[in-house]
Amino acid sequence: MNRIIIALLATLALASQAQAGIDESINAFTAPIAHWVGTVVFFKISIAGAQLPLVVLWLVIGAVFFTVYMGFINLRGFKHAIELVRGDYADPNSAGEVSHFQALATAVSGTVGIGNIGGVAIAVTIGGAGATFWLILAGFLGMSTKFVECTLGVKYRTENPDGSVSGGPMYYLRKGFEERGMAGFGRFMGTFYAIGIFVGALGIGNMFQSNQAYVQLNTVTGGALDGYGWLVGLILAGVVFAVIIGGIKSIARVTEKVVPFMAIFYCFFAIIVILLNFTSLPMAISNIFTGAFTGEGVTGGALGALIIGFQRAVFSNEAGIGSASIAHAAVRTNEPVTEGYVSLLEPFIDTIVICTITALVIGTSQVADPNFAGDATGVAMTSAAFERHMSWFPVPLAFAALLFAFSTMISWSYYGLKGWTYLFGEGQFGQTVYKVIFCAFVALGCIVQLGPILDISDALVFLICVPNILGLYFLAPIVRAEMEAYKAKLVTGEIRKYA
Amino acid sequence: MSENVILLAIDGSEGAERALVHVQRRAELGGAKVVVAYVIEWSPYSFNTPEENAQRHSRRESEIAKAHDLVVGPALTFLSEANIEVESVVRHGNPSETLIGIAKETGAAQIVIGRRGQSGLKSLIFGSVAGNLIQTAPIPVMVVP
Repeated sequence: MNRIIIALLATLALASQAQAGIDESINAFTAPIAHWVGTVVFFKISIAGAQLPLVVLWLVIGAVFFTVYMGFINLRGFKHAIELVRGDYADPNSAGEVSHFQALATAVSGTVGIGNIGGVAIAVTIGGAGATFWLILAGFLGMSTKFVECTLGVKYRTENPDGSVSGGPMYYLRKGFEERGMAGFGRFMGTFYAIGIFVGALGIGNMFQSNQAYVQLNTVTGGALDGYGWLVGLILAGVVFAVIIGGIKSIARVTEKVVPFMAIFYCFFAIIVILLNFTSLPMAISNIFTGAFTGEGVTGGALGALIIGFQRAVFSNEAGIGSASIAHAAVRTNEPVTEGYVSLLEPFIDTIVICTITALVIGTSQVADPNFAGDATGVAMTSAAFERHMSWFPVPLAFAALLFAFSTMISWSYYGLKGWTYLFGEGQFGQTVYKVIFCAFVALGCIVQLGPILDISDALVFLICVPNILGLYFLAPIVRAEMEAYKAKLVTGEIRKYA
Repeated sequence: MSENVILLAIDGSEGAERALVHVQRRAELGGAKVVVAYVIEWSPYSFNTPEENAQRHSRRESEIAKAHDLVVGPALTFLSEANIEVESVVRHGNPSETLIGIAKETGAAQIVIGRRGQSGLKSLIFGSVAGNLIQTAPIPVMVVP
């Protein structure tokens, strides 16, 4: 193991010296592949001047279908979801197992990330204020998709001999299609998904995160870290290494405790900024609604705003990608549907609450001062909106972004691991190999400007929506039957509140 | 429900040993049944990594097995050697709340717990199980020094 680490360090040191050269050669090699994959995955159709990627359409149709088919579970299941998370239905005899609250917290810390701060700014820049409306609607519909995928994740998981569990789309795709007499197709879909989530974990869940964390740190330190990407990368990789390989629980525990606090801290100050911009608030809200239906100044008009809003929502809450169902599968429950209920709250917290608050911070700032951010977009734009009132805010914001990135990496390291173990088995050695690869990519993310590689990973994460949603259509009747049976038990009192 | 049930809360500490000896004498004199309880401190509202969640079930089982082997088992042997009727409960949760729950379930007339003698600052920050029990238990609590 030590030898691997030394080799890794040496490679990284070399990489930083020859950074520009390596960047160029990697980019030159991957750019055509990225372009090709991107064109296929994000194949766009032109409607009334707006470019609609088919994969986004696929996700939206799925979300609408599941919302209707499950009888608006996203609205009607909301109260029950809160009761479950609060522990009203928790059996004291199973205390010590993963609670609903813990499952939700783990899944949320995987989705709340840079997208909630920077992604919204990008959506508003490209899609105008109206994109916010569609973003919220997409979050609302996404709740139903999550309900279906997380229920299936628990229902079709595999218990390993050591008592741990593995679950997620690869398992429900394989077993679900097998049950329907399509074993071969199911195996293909499962393997396809596992490869996709593994590659996606190295990109969107890893390099993208560490890269953004570095950019943030460099910005707040006024460029003092220019050229020190390798150092930041090494430190980040070292911390991730300590957690996922060293098993140093204290680091993970500290972050997992600090992240929710940071999210609350972020929302708290965001609301203060909105209140300070109070006079601009009515105008900002009205812009969201008018923009949603007129799409003034947006390429493609209202439809353009809609596409951007939906796309950003999926990026942020991952509904339809299936990643959260891997996290939820770890929960031991007699009723898989309960995890579905709990997972409803993820798009709600992530998209409807946190993204909307960010959108209002930006929206009210724009009304007050249309040029508040200059040319900045992404995290820098959000940061500028805060800076108008609190000059000190960019520093804690960068810190929050760093922690969000870190917790997202920890969660995605697990999602990728499950894809890996699905493909190569649960052997300890193989798992360690994966984890070392994962850490190397954390460092790489800070060192090289890997636009094309990120594009490939992005595309693959969206590509795995295709088998996932297809599987969800096939298996939705099972979820509905489970849901009806569960509701009946609630009515008869077979499942009741404790205490 | 018997009037003569004593709930003995133990945690493997020296104070718990003293409480055990005390309960043995009491039970012998009064012919009481003893419920030995061990609570593994755990909160449903903590934050875990996905990997911890995946291993949680087997961890829980081994925690319970360990509690039985190392702490509860010896106490049970000690009491049953004195011909005292015994029963044991090992459960995860908030110690004082869980103990009160067990007391209600078993119909205990009294809770006996050993004092750990923590320093003032430590108990100020973390609270003490015995202290919490005294404040919140619906039945008498005896703290063995």
